[in-house]
Amino acid sequence: MDELTLINKYSEKLVRQGLADKKRIIFGAKEVEITWNRIDEKCSELEKIFESLNINSLLLAQPAEPYRSIIEYLAKNSNGVIYPKDCETRTFLHDLPVAHEFDPENIINLLKKRKSAITEEGVITLGTITPEQAFVTFSSVCFACFVKFFSDYLLFSKQDVPEDIEKAFNKIVPKLPKLTKYPPKPPSLMKGPFSKENEVYRAIEEAGKLMVDYNLVDSYFGNVSFRMGNTLYISQTTSSLDELSGHIDPCPLDNSSCAGITASSEFSAHKRIVMNTDYKAILHGHPKFAVILSMYCGEKCEFRIKDECHIRCPQRRFINDIPVVAGEVGTGRYGLCNTVPSAIIGRKGVIVYGHGLFAVGKDDFNEAFENLLNIEKMCKELYFRKVNSSNF
Amino acid sequence: MYGWHGKILRIDLSYQKKSIIEPDAKIYHKFIGGRGLAGYFLRDKITLDWNDPKMPILFFTGPLNNTPTPTSGRMTVMSRSPLTGTIGDSSVGGSLANSIKKAGWDGIIITGKSPSLCGIEITGHEINFTDASHLKGKTVSQINHSLKEKGSTAVTGPAADQGVLYSGIVIDGHFFAGRNGLGLIMASKNLKYLTVKGEEKTDVYDPEELKAAREEIFRLAAATPALMGELGISKFGTGALYDLMHTRRMMPTDNFRKTYFPHAPSMNAYSFDKKYKPKKTGCKGCHILCKKMVKGGGLLPEFETMSHFSALLENENIEIVKEANGICNESGMDTISTGATLSCYAEIRGKKLTPEEIIGLLNDIISGQGEGKQLAKGAYRYAKSKNRPESAMTVKKQEISAYDPRGAYGMALAFVTSTRGACHLRAYPISHEILRRPVATDRFIFSGKARIIKINEDMNAVVDSLTACKFLFFGATLEEFSRAFTAVTGVKSSAQDLLKAGERIYYNERIMNYLNGFNSKDDILPNRFFSQSGSGGNNIEIPPIDRQEFLQALARYYKIRGLDENGLPLKEKAKELGLEWMN
Repeated sequence: MDELTLINKYSEKLVRQGLADKKRIIFGAKEVEITWNRIDEKCSELEKIFESLNINSLLLAQPAEPYRSIIEYLAKNSNGVIYPKDCETRTFLHDLPVAHEFDPENIINLLKKRKSAITEEGVITLGTITPEQAFVTFSSVCFACFVKFFSDYLLFSKQDVPEDIEKAFNKIVPKLPKLTKYPPKPPSLMKGPFSKENEVYRAIEEAGKLMVDYNLVDSYFGNVSFRMGNTLYISQTTSSLDELSGHIDPCPLDNSSCAGITASSEFSAHKRIVMNTDYKAILHGHPKFAVILSMYCGEKCEFRIKDECHIRCPQRRFINDIPVVAGEVGTGRYGLCNTVPSAIIGRKGVIVYGHGLFAVGKDDFNEAFENLLNIEKMCKELYFRKVNSSNF
Repeated sequence: MYGWHGKILRIDLSYQKKSIIEPDAKIYHKFIGGRGLAGYFLRDKITLDWNDPKMPILFFTGPLNNTPTPTSGRMTVMSRSPLTGTIGDSSVGGSLANSIKKAGWDGIIITGKSPSLCGIEITGHEINFTDASHLKGKTVSQINHSLKEKGSTAVTGPAADQGVLYSGIVIDGHFFAGRNGLGLIMASKNLKYLTVKGEEKTDVYDPEELKAAREEIFRLAAATPALMGELGISKFGTGALYDLMHTRRMMPTDNFRKTYFPHAPSMNAYSFDKKYKPKKTGCKGCHILCKKMVKGGGLLPEFETMSHFSALLENENIEIVKEANGICNESGMDTISTGATLSCYAEIRGKKLTPEEIIGLLNDIISGQGEGKQLAKGAYRYAKSKNRPESAMTVKKQEISAYDPRGAYGMALAFVTSTRGACHLRAYPISHEILRRPVATDRFIFSGKARIIKINEDMNAVVDSLTACKFLFFGATLEEFSRAFTAVTGVKSSAQDLLKAGERIYYNERIMNYLNGFNSKDDILPNRFFSQSGSGGNNIEIPPIDRQEFLQALARYYKIRGLDENGLPLKEKAKELGLEWMN
């Protein structure tokens, strides 16, 4: 794809995923010259930024609601940097710098250090390989800010809520999609058990797309797998769940081929689940209220004080009957592959602290998807009960 | 200074004298260390012949060496390449980088020529010259055995003694400064070995901040399946890439006449793992540990070696791959160039090599016997001597590594824009074209690739200068490493500031190659890749590369890099980057 096709593709994704309004997106890509998705008076200022950085794409977009109000609130109340505590920020973004005015020089300085900057004109993000990186970072900024805002409010709601956050909360909540947006029963997915490889591929593609349609993932974070025989079929790392055709790795469970080196970062967690249980279908998404509630804990233990809950929390925590475990992306000493597989035995899913939700099913993705959706619905309901909001 | 010592040791072998250079802090800030700083000191000598006694060989560390920064055990060895005539350099691991820093030096520059075969032994600021004539012809293990207790080692093997143009330098017995024939530079100076030890610490400006940067880097590594995943290089070594090249139909086979080797599934990393049950080992300061050591001490072959000694030679015998790897390692010979030179030989004679012939020819090269004498000069010179230049799969006379350019167009471009001849590591587009890191790109298009290659060349130039391991950048970025750099040195920095330094370092190399007459005519792949298809199948087509599209992408690269249409550096661009122009 050429530059224009790519920036148009990701502009459309921003709109489709409810992240930005079409008219408020300025997206540029550069090989030798800069190509813009449209001409805007801001382009000349953005070109100054382009020229000062060793990058190949730049995105400026005003987020759609409710992200816009959330980000405006957080930016206004920051001292120049927003510090979300979710896994995506911790792992990939680190923190979110804020430029209170749209000054190219200042923005250049911020973008020299980070992949994004929040400005009064919107969120600006960059890519050094493809425009997809700018899209992914934009999506992650929206996700991180959403999670931070509602997590902060939940903490405040147990004390005297400051007036400004109360006001912002009351303004933002009506802009949230209602739970009733979803049909009472999700659409029927391909019925298992599957006996042919091409059925597995089609089932994974279908489930991935539905997760995106239901906003249960953000950008490309999330993964899907299915076990057939002694092979685990799993979405590839950095693949978009709504575009999985050609991006699924068949991985022998005995590791006799490393071709799955491109499989999802959570391959080990998926593999251990299917090897230790009867579950064959696994969905991993980042539904927001499951993530928000997972970070809410009344304990004031040493791990909370040290900001280490995400890796060391020793409690057996549950949200209703769904376990909440510690663990980071991928493998390693603190990897979620060490916590999720044992916790999921006999459960419909497991929430990973500040990160996302694993949901499982036996023969196909119908049960797994229903679990994923219902757990998120339950978390959303519980959240609003906890904050006693009359807006819900 | 923090991070750096501010001292570089210069040794003149002709007079057995040492002197100390204390560069201005500005030089450190501009060129960082490792490859950047070595390039700075090589520049005014680059037009000398490679075997001129005044030609230096440079061993350079970076500010992160000997600190707790992840993967900071690497360093650069640089000179002018006897094989290519370009700058010649190699990033190498082991413990030598840390030992040089512990001895109190940021780098060592060796010039001159010893009247007889000698060794240099460094303990802190004390330098001893020794007679090494008894080590001529000895294997790397034998030499290292004789140097026990002397610290980290850099030695050449019998291949360098014999004048093999692709002989390397072996660090600590197992880590290779393999490409470009740097072993021959040491041999031309009658220098058989270098040992270094010391006890100095490297001062870190802000240890707490470095700890925070480390945590960020470890977290990203753990989140990267190609690194720490159970199929990644930590578990299987770089051989983990072997299956991927096979399934993507881009495994160079039969001297690049095919791109598919049907026996690959039984010669992959899993097969080696199962057969030899290796243990993990690796460079100082690395938690990935991508080397795999077998009982008795030898290393299993790395990906490039596995591929070239199996598919490229159509060899189905896994034990021969291991044996060939052992012979190359013990003789100090670059496995990529060796494998590709043998496959060129097999094509020219019109018959694939038997396992016995492979081993026999390796021994002939090392001993300078029979056809081995010609093969010691590499594929380009060998093919030319047989009037078959089209059979040499080289760029700038250096043999192409184990990624067929028809299977990844960014890789095709990067092979020719590399400043040291065919090299996959300068930009390593396999990261995004195959491994999907940090994002996936379409491997069969040139659109967008010119800028990506340029940015990644800049990135890897600075990674080689800090220094760190390029593989870690499948996950980590300069964002985290600039934090580590600032924490170590106290010098304010950002990812983009480091990229700018990388751009300067790369442009300096381009200027050096220009000074030796290189231009756009040298930036080209062998004709085979433009005229013959690879081995398609399984819904993947491997057509020949469209020459026009390739040349257009190259022209775009020149513009983005700030070169003229002939690929030559420009005075204004050099000035913009703070580089000296030519006299």
